[in-house]
Amino acid sequence: MRYIYYPGCSLKGTGRAYEESVLAVFRALELQFEELDDWNCCGATAYMAIDELQAFTLAARNLALAEKQFADEEEVNIIAPCSACYLVLMKAQHYIEEYTEIGDQIRSALKECHMEYEGRIRIRHPLDVFVNDIGLEKIKSLVRKPLDGLRVASYYGCQMVRPYKVFDHHYSPTTMDDLMRALGAKAVDWSLKTRCCGGSLTGTIEQVGMRLSFILLNEAQKRGANVIATSCPLCQFNLECYQGSMNRKFNGSVDLPAAYFTQLMGMAYGISNRELGLQRLFVPMTSQFSKKEGYQHVGV
Amino acid sequence: MSAFDIQENGDFRIGVFVCDCGINIAGKVNVSAVAEFAGTLPNVVVTREYKFMCSDPGQELIQNDVKEFRLNRVVVASCSPLMHEATFRRATAEAGLNQYFFQMVNIREHVSWVTENEYLATEKAKALVAAAVRRVKVHRALESKSVPVNPDVLVVGGGIAGIHAALTIANAGKKVYLVEREPTIGGHMAKFDKTFPTLDCAACILTPKMSSVKAHKNITLWTYSEIDKVDGFAGNFTVRVKRKPRYIKEEDCVGCNLCVEACIFKEGKFEDEFNVGLSKRKPIYMPFPQATPSVVLIDPETCLHFKTGKCKQKCVEVCERGAIDFNQQEEFKEINVGAIILATGFKTFDPHRISEYGYGVYPNVYTSLEIERLVNASGPTQGEVLMRDGRKPKSVAIIHCVGSRDRKTNAYCSRVCCMYSLKLAHLIKERTGAEIYNYYIDMRTPGKGYEEFYDKLLQEGVHFIRGRVAEVTNWAMVPSEEDKLIIRAEDTLIGVARRVPVDMVILSVGLEAHDDAGEVQRLFNISCSKEGWFLERHPKLAPVSTFTDGIFIAGACQGPKDIPDTVAQAGAAAAEALAMVDIGHVELEPNTANVETVMCSGCKTCISMCPFSAITFDAENWRAEFNEALCKGCGTCVVTCPTGAAQQHLYTDDEMYEEIEGVLHYV
Repeated sequence: MRYIYYPGCSLKGTGRAYEESVLAVFRALELQFEELDDWNCCGATAYMAIDELQAFTLAARNLALAEKQFADEEEVNIIAPCSACYLVLMKAQHYIEEYTEIGDQIRSALKECHMEYEGRIRIRHPLDVFVNDIGLEKIKSLVRKPLDGLRVASYYGCQMVRPYKVFDHHYSPTTMDDLMRALGAKAVDWSLKTRCCGGSLTGTIEQVGMRLSFILLNEAQKRGANVIATSCPLCQFNLECYQGSMNRKFNGSVDLPAAYFTQLMGMAYGISNRELGLQRLFVPMTSQFSKKEGYQHVGV
Repeated sequence: MSAFDIQENGDFRIGVFVCDCGINIAGKVNVSAVAEFAGTLPNVVVTREYKFMCSDPGQELIQNDVKEFRLNRVVVASCSPLMHEATFRRATAEAGLNQYFFQMVNIREHVSWVTENEYLATEKAKALVAAAVRRVKVHRALESKSVPVNPDVLVVGGGIAGIHAALTIANAGKKVYLVEREPTIGGHMAKFDKTFPTLDCAACILTPKMSSVKAHKNITLWTYSEIDKVDGFAGNFTVRVKRKPRYIKEEDCVGCNLCVEACIFKEGKFEDEFNVGLSKRKPIYMPFPQATPSVVLIDPETCLHFKTGKCKQKCVEVCERGAIDFNQQEEFKEINVGAIILATGFKTFDPHRISEYGYGVYPNVYTSLEIERLVNASGPTQGEVLMRDGRKPKSVAIIHCVGSRDRKTNAYCSRVCCMYSLKLAHLIKERTGAEIYNYYIDMRTPGKGYEEFYDKLLQEGVHFIRGRVAEVTNWAMVPSEEDKLIIRAEDTLIGVARRVPVDMVILSVGLEAHDDAGEVQRLFNISCSKEGWFLERHPKLAPVSTFTDGIFIAGACQGPKDIPDTVAQAGAAAAEALAMVDIGHVELEPNTANVETVMCSGCKTCISMCPFSAITFDAENWRAEFNEALCKGCGTCVVTCPTGAAQQHLYTDDEMYEEIEGVLHYV
């Protein structure tokens, strides 16, 4: 099966480490993929809040481009690693197909620039593709340096499972935990897997946003996690960037790396730190492995 | 009121009577226009519009017109035939006509109530009236037939509803078959400790009725049995009952329990169904001490003999009466009854579906049914409120509306949860002194003594927090929350989000229809609401009847209900069933099939299709012969017949075609 890779803005910017590790893992798994040509903004956040129709149209342009790029595929699978992109593309598809009036408006907008959305699209999260298309068996078979002894708190965030419950439970998902176990890590049992990370509040009402991410870090650390595995650039950013200020503000002592789940996969596959963008982490993975033999220290 | 020109046209003299039904019809349909239009149809000699055609003056109007205008056909356009067909047929008959020279047009349920546009509603009403006027001309004079009724009654379900209905009928001197799926009767009520609001002991008031059932000479009790097949019609049903093997000869077992003690399993090892999994039972067991009948049973899924064939069979050794029979087979009984009462009850909502509440994840989250067993003196802890880890709770949260009043699960209110939550709060407070927090959306306590009970709880110091709980978690923010379950909810009365740490959480689960309610519905040919509750014939005036004559419903299978309402309904269903079987005969529609001899080619197709063997072959004349006494009016032969020789009264081909053409000619 071939896939279209839709990076979205974050993976080319703040979430570069996510792109680096996602692509490294794709190559390791010999996944056939092409980046979407001429892609544009998915329509998330500000757009969606101000003008839904414009946001949907932006998303629909990407969907139409993907169909054009894979013109002879019956079903076009788009991989959107960023949870916000994943959700917006899915929401746009849902609205176009469910609400005739919105669908007609968007179709006629696309027609203006000689484009067409036919409805052959299936939007996928890389986690879904790894576990359900490739399968845990194969993922396991490629492991060269098992994550033995690493205790991972899988953090899914909200957008991957809500409101569209595509491949996992909307409140207590387990896919990433299964994946981590397949890599040899220990999955930490905790109840905040889909609780809010603070989202964009960290940038607007800092007090509230920071508190929300602190709750997650504090609980994960208390449950004995060595690392939080994330699947969304915004979650990852919120969780790792303010740990010092959080500790001062809430009198805490959180010190926990927040890595992309694909970085952990890459580590288990023995891919180099640079290729996985591990040097970009603000809270380095180093400390978690310094006590273990056989692991290189990661230079920041 | 308006009378139009009298037309003399052929032999038919038809009167059309259009009803306003107050504003039910007239609010949407231009009734005068419909009546005026009817007057233009061939053979219609009089048309009338009247406010309530079903009223006495309305019926008199029809009767007077029949006489005055020498009518020989009557059409009434009003409500559903289910409501008033009988009324107008009677009026027609009393005017001296055959009652089947009447046709009803439904312009209320089929038109005014379901059409928004007034013009379209009026046009549809006209088309339907035109159809009826054509149809009524080909109606034949028929006689309804009266058949004797079997006086026995079948009650399905042995909970409090079924028990009460069975006893009522049996006490009236009729024979009752009570069929229960579980090994014992008693249903949910047998599992409860106390009942609200009087705090009567449930077992003390239920078990005497259970033993009366067993002892009653008019009741045949079949537990561990299910209905397999239902044939026939009101007054004469044939029912096949499947008796599952319990591997015990019921008539020989005295319930001494020696076999249970002797079983090779020294301790219970398997989930005890009666204690909803809170205790363990052996493969051979008595469901609970007062089980009725007092007969043990063997579960072949767990019994060593069935699983391995290598068991010392200690149970057989100790049973002096030789009641154990490993070779027992499924058994089928066929019975004939005149009426059937369905009292199949409900199931509780499975809270795994709301994962936010942590049921099945955190051991100290319980369902209310589990707590009923936990506070019950005959339960797994002899009535002591102990959590799964053996501790006594110091604080308890009761979450209301779990699986009720929520569009994600069930939109309806389950009616009993507020009250049983109060009851459980009272019992736990009494026995543990714990702090109790009730999280409710609205307190619903409408019933005799219910509001007073709520007031009593408020005075006892039970906490009430108004708000639907968002989640139950185990993540502590402050040291005092460590090792507790934390309830997060918005207190909507003061508008703040609250975190309350507690030891134990009780989920007040709602009531749902059984998973197989759909199968039961098909088996008995009745209707279900979209939630799976059995549908009553009329929500106000026929609450225990169904759309199938002779089949009645009682208790929670019709919708969530508490014990007083259930028992009242069971009594009502029993009275309705008695009224039917006691009169001795039932009037049947003359909807039997017959054969047009000249058209019959003698192909015999209908003979093999008839489920009632009502058709035989007349070899001399080479044609099918119909026995109308055996015919049940199913219509199978009519659709099978290749030449159209088989016809069914009330639904003949020409009647159907006339009706269709009436509509088509209009549009």
